[in-house]
Parts: sequence; C-alpha cells; structure tokens
Amino acid sequence: MEVNKFEDVFEGKLAKNEMVEPKDWMPDNYRKHLIRQISQHAHSEIVGMLPEGNWITRAPSLRSKVVLLAKVQDEGGHGLYLYTAAETLGISRDELLDNLHTGKAKYSSIFNYPTLTWADIGAVGWLVDGAAIMNQVMLQRTSYGPYARAMVRICKEESFHQRQGFEIMTRLAFGTEDQKAMAQDALNRWWYPTMMMFGPPDAESPNSENAMKWRIKRETNDQLRQRFVDQTVPQVQYLGLTVPDANLKWNEAKKGYDFSEPNWVEFKNVISGNGPCNKERLAARNKAHNDGAWVREAAQAFAKKRNEIYVAA
Amino acid sequence: MSDNQGPVWEIFLQKKAGQPFVHCGSLHAFDKEMALQNARDLYTRRNEGVSIWAVPSNAIVASSPEDIGPFFEPANDKVYRHPTFYQIPDAIGHM
Repeated sequence: MEVNKFEDVFEGKLAKNEMVEPKDWMPDNYRKHLIRQISQHAHSEIVGMLPEGNWITRAPSLRSKVVLLAKVQDEGGHGLYLYTAAETLGISRDELLDNLHTGKAKYSSIFNYPTLTWADIGAVGWLVDGAAIMNQVMLQRTSYGPYARAMVRICKEESFHQRQGFEIMTRLAFGTEDQKAMAQDALNRWWYPTMMMFGPPDAESPNSENAMKWRIKRETNDQLRQRFVDQTVPQVQYLGLTVPDANLKWNEAKKGYDFSEPNWVEFKNVISGNGPCNKERLAARNKAHNDGAWVREAAQAFAKKRNEIYVAA
Repeated sequence: MSDNQGPVWEIFLQKKAGQPFVHCGSLHAFDKEMALQNARDLYTRRNEGVSIWAVPSNAIVASSPEDIGPFFEPANDKVYRHPTFYQIPDAIGHM
C-alpha cells in the first residue's frame, strides 16, 4: 500500500469512531502527539504521588492514613498503566523516565504547588482529582486503543479519590471555626491552579487543534473548564465556603457560570520550571530513581543467574 | 537506549474460576516471579481476578491489521457453519 492508502485507512477509522491500535499505520505526528500526551499524563500520576505522600505520616487518624496510602498507591498504578500505553508507540520506559528526570518532559503544573495543611489533601482529592476525572472520562473514548483502555481502568479507580477528598473537606468545613478557615484557605490556594489543569484557553492552545482532529481529545479545554466550574460551585456552596472569585456569577442564558480566568502568566511560569515546588519535585523523582538503581541491578543479576531473563522485544 | 527496567510482560486475568483469561495490560519485570507479583499489585488491587497469567510480550504472535481481509474474510461466505442455515420441520420444533 502507498502512504496515501494508509492515510485513508487511518482517516476512515477516525471517521467511523474506531480505535487505532499499536500495529496500525498512523501518521508520525499522531504518534508524536500521543507519546507527548500519554507520557505527560503518566509523569503527572507519578509526580502527583509526592504532594500527597507528604501527608501520609501526618494523617490525623489511622483511617485517613490507610485511605491516603491506598490513594497514593493507585496513582503509582495509574502512572504504570500509562507508561505501558506510551511504550506501545515505540518509546522505551528508560527514555520516558529519562525525559522526566532531565526536565525534558512536562507533567501537570498543579503538582508544583505545595500541600501546606491537611485541608490541602482534601482540596487535592476533591478539586484536582475532580478536574482530572473530567478530563479522563473524555479520554476513555480517545482514538488510541491502549490509551483508552488504560483510562477506563483509571476512571474506575479514580472516583474514590475525589470522594475521599470531599470527605476531608466536609469534616473541616463543618468542624470548628479554625477548621473551616483551614478549608477555605485550601480552597483559595487550589482553585485557580486547578482551573489551569485544563490547559490554556482554546484560542491559545497550540496542541488542541490536532488533538480534536485526531479525536485524541473530544472536548476543548474551555468546554471542560466550564463544566468543572458548573459542577463544583454547588459543592462549594454545600460546604458553606466561598469560591475565591468576585466575578463568579450564574449566567442564565448559557446555563452556566461566568468566572475569572486563572493567571495564565503564572501558568506559563510554573510549566517552564519556576513554580513553588518544581525543583523539589524533580529532585525527589531523581533521588528515588537513583536510590532504586541497585534494586534493578540486583533483580537483573538474579534473573540472569537463574537463566530466566527474557530479551525485551 | 538500553532498557534496564526488565522485559515487558502481558498480563491476563481470570475474573472468577471457570471464566476465560482476559488481557488487562502489561508491565515490566525481570523474572516470572516478579511478573506475577507486579501483576498482583498493579492489576488486582480491587479483586479484579482470582488467577493471573504473565506472558513475555515477545512470545506473543499477533496477526497484522493489514491482513484483516485475506485472513478473516473466508469466514463470511460459509454460512452453513451457523445453525440458522438449516431448516427444522415445524413438527420437530426445537433442536
């Protein structure tokens, strides 16, 4: 077949809403776009373990500790599902990790903000995981099969994460005055960074057009952001807290809220490495990877000794 | 770049005894034992299965997408392989 024919088959699949599988022909830019997006997603899951891991030893009860442990373990698992999905596109795990550790690959800007109080763990679960779920529900129908299948598994596991976050917020918001103030403070600090998670406005999003054309994404950044605000505001009201946005107002005509855009200059700064915790996060990942080197070496030596090593395909 | 994460394994889970094994994903591991343990930790945190198969990825032989036509089409013109091809007399009823 000529390249044109291959392209027709590929376009035909997209038009019929069929999934593209690893052995199918795909345009180079589609492959590159997916590697970038899936690996960024995987890195976000792995780096996302750090701000929450920060509170495992200081969780206020045994119950909240086991819950947080289970959640952080899930995030690690999600990272692994996504790494293997990216690997089906012809990039090795070592390359993927190397791109993260050298700062060549990005991860979600949200994880460069610090978790200062226990209420932040509530806000992260409720808002950050809530926003992630909104994006991931859409991605269950993404055009690349292995990515879509990883997303189905992830979405199943993710909904407990948001609920546990909301439970923490509920306890604080209906607790003492100090606890309620702590919940409000966390909401104030996480609201705008969470809004940034959906990416820049559609008009300024360099990758959106291709992502929509190839059905990698099915909804735009602005559509998802609007849905997130509409869904979250009633939850804020239930908690008796206030969204830190003086411009937030119900718009009857569009049946949605009008709201302020996050500070996109800050967003650009954070993704280019100058957020509050970028250096700390990367240093922690590098340290964990380097400290684990002897484990990989020992496992490899042991497998060789027992003559059980299988050469990677 | 050489991969020092160990080879890739494909993981299949049996949901309940008696049911078929279904592919659920892949992982890296250096040997059989580690492949099983990693599969347990990664794919069965919520009782997703009662039994695991771990198969080295490079041991799997797969058909090619381009072969869909020549490979599978002959099945379509052999309608006599299906029970609906045959007529059973009304007097016999169910068979």
